[in-house]
Amino acid sequence: MTIEIDGINKSFGQFQALRDIDLTIPDGQLTALLGPSGSGKTTLLRSIAGLENPDRGRILFSGEDVTGLHVRERRVGFVFQHYALFRHMTVSENVAFGLKVLPRRERPSKREIRRRVHELLEMVQLDHLAGRYPAQLSGGQKQRIALARAMARRPEILLLDEPFGALDAKVRKELRRWLRSLHDELHFTSVFVTHDQEEALELSDQVVVMRQGGVEQVDSPLALYSQPESRFVFNFLGQVNALPGAISGGVLRQGDAWVRLPESCDDDDAELYLRPHEVRLTQEPSRDAHLPFRIEAINVIGAEVRVELRPDGWESQELWEVGITHSAFNARQPKRGDRCYAVPDVGHLFCDHLSEPKTLSWYEAAG
Amino acid sequence: MSSKPHRVGDGPVIRRTLIGLAVVLTVLFLFMPLVVIFTQALAQGWAGYIGNILDEYTLHAIGLTLFVALLTVPLNTVFGVFLAWLVTRFSFPGRRLLATLIDIPFAVSPVVAGLLYLLLYGSNGWAGQWLGQYDVELMFAWPGIVMVTVFVTCPFVARELIPLMQQQGRDEEEAAVVLGASGWQLFRRVTLPNIRWALLYGVILTNARAVGEFGAVSVVSGSIRGETNTLPLHVELLYQDQNIVGAFTAASLLAGIALITLAVKTIAEWRQSRV
Repeated sequence: MTIEIDGINKSFGQFQALRDIDLTIPDGQLTALLGPSGSGKTTLLRSIAGLENPDRGRILFSGEDVTGLHVRERRVGFVFQHYALFRHMTVSENVAFGLKVLPRRERPSKREIRRRVHELLEMVQLDHLAGRYPAQLSGGQKQRIALARAMARRPEILLLDEPFGALDAKVRKELRRWLRSLHDELHFTSVFVTHDQEEALELSDQVVVMRQGGVEQVDSPLALYSQPESRFVFNFLGQVNALPGAISGGVLRQGDAWVRLPESCDDDDAELYLRPHEVRLTQEPSRDAHLPFRIEAINVIGAEVRVELRPDGWESQELWEVGITHSAFNARQPKRGDRCYAVPDVGHLFCDHLSEPKTLSWYEAAG
Repeated sequence: MSSKPHRVGDGPVIRRTLIGLAVVLTVLFLFMPLVVIFTQALAQGWAGYIGNILDEYTLHAIGLTLFVALLTVPLNTVFGVFLAWLVTRFSFPGRRLLATLIDIPFAVSPVVAGLLYLLLYGSNGWAGQWLGQYDVELMFAWPGIVMVTVFVTCPFVARELIPLMQQQGRDEEEAAVVLGASGWQLFRRVTLPNIRWALLYGVILTNARAVGEFGAVSVVSGSIRGETNTLPLHVELLYQDQNIVGAFTAASLLAGIALITLAVKTIAEWRQSRV
């Protein structure tokens, strides 16, 4: 079921939670609503479910206007952030709830309900816990029961509010994979809210980045990471190394640091953004870049070694971070306080006179 | 080896003093009077006790008291649930004010409440004069007693429910609605089971107060023996008649209700804590 959101606005008193949201959520895909807290992502999700009434705008499911439709009639599955399991019911009673409250003529027989509950519990691999109460379950188990309960009426739309927010890292990763495979198997349209960019990038087909009640960018995870349209998206999706400066004669310069731009660019104030993997560390400056640093810290984190760098003779708001392989680290043995240079391979230039960033590549220039 | 270090505020001297003080005060102010009530009531033996209860006016007072409680408790239960639902599940201007207004009957002396009802609904009050045209007399009759009792006991249920419902939040109710529950199904299957023990607790307190209310009722009842005399008023009446044993017999009934109330309340609290 395709979900179309057409000019949605929502205010809570003075605070405008959603402003002019236009969005299409494609049928059968997993879409992430990603943003910092207060960006309106949960309000948008709740508006889709019908738990909030937008002040203006329309919501359509498969082309049909559901804006005026009560939550009850929208027939979406919703998984709440804190699961919201019925505390006085057992696991199987929780899962059966959606079927038991159906009007008499639509309600399946008791036997059929029992069979369906059993089937749903098997789907979430928790059939053995059918008689337990929510208070006796772990976080991950509660989450899966909440999911089974939401799926009981076979909704075509599944909405999840911070589904893994309250779980520890390992359980979170497991559940993520499991949800992904479940989604691939059952092909419902899912939307989930998260503030964790890694989660959004790993799990979804499409990511909607939100900021201050508006949509900042909608793209596939890969496009979002490699071609962010704004500084906000760039900053929000992972570590950024920034060189703020001024362009003059095709060279971006600040203090002792300069980078020769591979494409011509008008003279202006600008900022060059680089991801940690788009930068190499060398002993000597290259032809195209002179970015001197002192090594501030070396952190061995799992598969790579992360080097924190303090600009030497120029300034940036935050320290730079560059990842190098263990073999490169062992070969060179850099130490704290060593002087080194960064050489950009790919960078993203935000000029004040351009609305969109320019992605630059130094590969050809170097070749 | 010396003993383990004490936690802050947990010295043995302090602990023993406080425990001792609590026990002495409980015995002096709570337990002894209770013992006195029952020994006095039984001063003429069981036969005398039963005889005093079967007194025509005492029986009528018991009947009226139960009748008042039977009207008041259901009324205030429904009212309390509605109010708690309103205050915790909806946001509207004046919500906080309403939550504060619920406490007025707690803050106002019951005698003042009775007086206000008398002034408003009595034969000289403005509502009373209007009702008088239709020959409706509320004061010095059972409707007046019920009205002031409802007033005095109306906060108990809501007071119990509001903090609990606030703490439980509306997540489960939202989940139920998303799953297709109607308003009634939501209330019966989700809200009510979650609040049932607190609700029972509120109902018990309401009942205890409705049965025991003296001040407000004494202003509006007129204490007509065999007509508008409730059990607490009857205790005073008998006492003034120098019928000490009779007065204590009636009082022992009230004390008995209080003890039952305490027992049920303890069970309700225990069940609530396990949910």
